[in-house]
Amino acid sequence: MSDAGPDMNDQAPAVEIRGASKIFNPGRHNEVKALEDIDLHIDQGDFVTLIGPSGCGKSTLLRLIAALVDPSDGTVLVNGKTADAARLDRDYSMVFQRAGLFDWRNVSRNIELPLELMGWKAADRRRRSAEMLELVKLTEFARHHPAELSGGMQQRIAIARAMSFHPQLLLMDEPFGALDEMTREHMQNELLRICSETRITVVFVTHSIGEAVFLSTEVAVMSPRPGRIAAVIDNDLGPRTDATRDDPAFFSNVTAVRDALRGGH
Amino acid sequence: MIDTADGAPAADDDPIVFEQLLRLQAAREQRRDRMRRTGRQIVVLAIFICLLGLAYSLYKVVGTAIDDSQSDWPVIGSILPESDDLKMPPVLDIVSGIFEEPRGTNEPFWSIVGKEAAFTLREAAVGFAIGVIVGLSIAIVLTTSGRLERALVPHVIASQTIPLIAIAPIIVIWGRKSFDFLPFEWQDWMSVSIIATYLTFFPVTINGLRGLQSPRPENLELMDSYAARWVQTLWRLRLPASLPYLFAAFKIAATASVVGAIVGEISAGVKGGLGRRVLLEAQRYTTGPERLYVAVLGAAALGIFVFAVISTIEYGLVGRKGRETVT
Repeated sequence: MSDAGPDMNDQAPAVEIRGASKIFNPGRHNEVKALEDIDLHIDQGDFVTLIGPSGCGKSTLLRLIAALVDPSDGTVLVNGKTADAARLDRDYSMVFQRAGLFDWRNVSRNIELPLELMGWKAADRRRRSAEMLELVKLTEFARHHPAELSGGMQQRIAIARAMSFHPQLLLMDEPFGALDEMTREHMQNELLRICSETRITVVFVTHSIGEAVFLSTEVAVMSPRPGRIAAVIDNDLGPRTDATRDDPAFFSNVTAVRDALRGGH
Repeated sequence: MIDTADGAPAADDDPIVFEQLLRLQAAREQRRDRMRRTGRQIVVLAIFICLLGLAYSLYKVVGTAIDDSQSDWPVIGSILPESDDLKMPPVLDIVSGIFEEPRGTNEPFWSIVGKEAAFTLREAAVGFAIGVIVGLSIAIVLTTSGRLERALVPHVIASQTIPLIAIAPIIVIWGRKSFDFLPFEWQDWMSVSIIATYLTFFPVTINGLRGLQSPRPENLELMDSYAARWVQTLWRLRLPASLPYLFAAFKIAATASVVGAIVGEISAGVKGGLGRRVLLEAQRYTTGPERLYVAVLGAAALGIFVFAVISTIEYGLVGRKGRETVT
C-alpha cells in the first residue's frame, strides 16, 4: 500500500477515512471518546474545512490524518497510503494556530527547516526559501527574526515553511484563530491566492462559520461528545473576492452551516 | 483591495507590511539604546567598586574611633568588630600590596597571584568543560523518558548534599593510585578539575532538563509531522530552545567551578593555585595582612572573569537574535 506509484497517488483521494474512532486513555478513569465512526472523503484539490464547537474532536481528526494520533479503530488513508506512510513520505505539511517559528532562526532559515530535515543542499534550500518568500510576499524580511514580525506575518512565514517542500496536502489547525479580524480576512485572501497558485489540497480546522464558508469547497460540520461528522455541505461559491463576503449565496451557505451545527446538538 | 482571482497587490500596498516597517524602525532605535546602556553599566560598576572601598575606609575610621574610646562607648565598642590595621589593612596598603614584590621574590605580587589564578583557571575550565558535557548528557538521557527522569533526578540532587571537602581528598587519592590506565600521566590538578566538575554538572543537568523540555507541544508535533528523527529534533529544536536555560546554568556553573577549584586545591593540598595562595597568606597573615586581601581579590576577579566570558558568549549566541520583541 505504501509503495503506490506517483500515478496512483494522483488518482487516489487525498484523504479517505472509514469508520475511524479515537478513544483517549481507554479503560482508565479519564477515558475520553473523542471521535466516533468518522467517514470522510477528500478529493485532490479540494479545500475542506472541519467546523464544530470546541471539544468536538476536529483537531483530533486533523491529527489522525497527520498520523500524529493513531486511530483506536477504522482506517485512515492519505494519498492511498496509511497515514503514517504518508507522514514518512512527507506527503503533507501542517500549520498550527501558533506560528511556532523557531525564534533563534531568521525567517529564511525557518522556511528552510523542513528542507534541512530532508537533506537538501544549502543552495537549493536558499533558492526554494526565496521562492516561498515571494509567494507570501515577504521577501524583504528574509533576514529578520520572528520576534521582529507581527502575528499575521509570522503566520504567513509558517505557511511558507509548510509549503516549502511542495507537499500535496496542507493540514491547518485554526491557523488564523489568534489573529484580529482585519488581519484574519487579509490572511484568508492570501491563503486562497496561494492555494490557487499551487493547486494544493487543504484540510482546514476552524470554529468560525464565516471563515469556513469563505474559504472552502466543502464544509464538514462536526457535533461534539463523541465527535461525529453531522453533515458535509457543498459550498461552491466560485472564485472568491472581497465581494463574496457580501454575496447572498455566501449568507445562505452560512445559514446552512449554522443550521447543521444546531442540528448536531 | 485584494482580488484572489486575478493579480495580487504589491508588497508596499500591504497594510501589514507597511505597519511592520514602522515597527522595525522603532526596534532599531531600541538596539542603539541598549548599546548606550552597556557603557553606562561599566561606569556604574567602577563607581560601585570605589564606593565599596570608601565604605570600607569609613567603617575603619568609625570603628577605630570607637575602639580608641571604649570607655565612652562601652556597648558599641564591644559589639562592633575590631578594625585595627592588622584586622583591616587600610585600602592604600591593599592597593600597594598588589604592586609590591614580596620578600624573597623579584616579581610584583599581582604577577604572582595572576599566574596562580591562571593555574586555578585551567583547573576550573577543564572542570567546567567536563561538567557541561556530563551534565548535558545526563539531561539528554533523562529527556528520553519521564520514568527515567522521575527515577534519577532525586539521585542527582542527593549527589550535591555530599560535602565537597569530604570528597576532595578521596578524589586526589584515587587520582594518584587508580588512573594508571590513562594514556597520560595523572596530575593532581586534574583531580581538582574533577572536584570542580562535581559542582558544575548539577546546575547544567537541572536547567538543561528544563530547557530540553521547553519546546511547545506543537513545535514537537511540527517536527513529527516532518518525520524528523530523534537526533534531528534534539539538534534543531530541543538544544537551541534550551540555550537560554543552559546559559543561566553556565553562569552558575562557571563561578561554582572556580569555587570548586579553590576549595579543591585547599582540601587536596595541591600546589600552584589560588587556593594554596590563600592558605599560605592566612598562615603568615601577621607579616603582611594585605597580601591575603589581594589573594581574595584575585579569586573574586577570576570569578567575575569567567562570568563575563560566559555572558559574552551568551550575547553572541542568543542575546542578539530574536530577543527584541516588538510590541
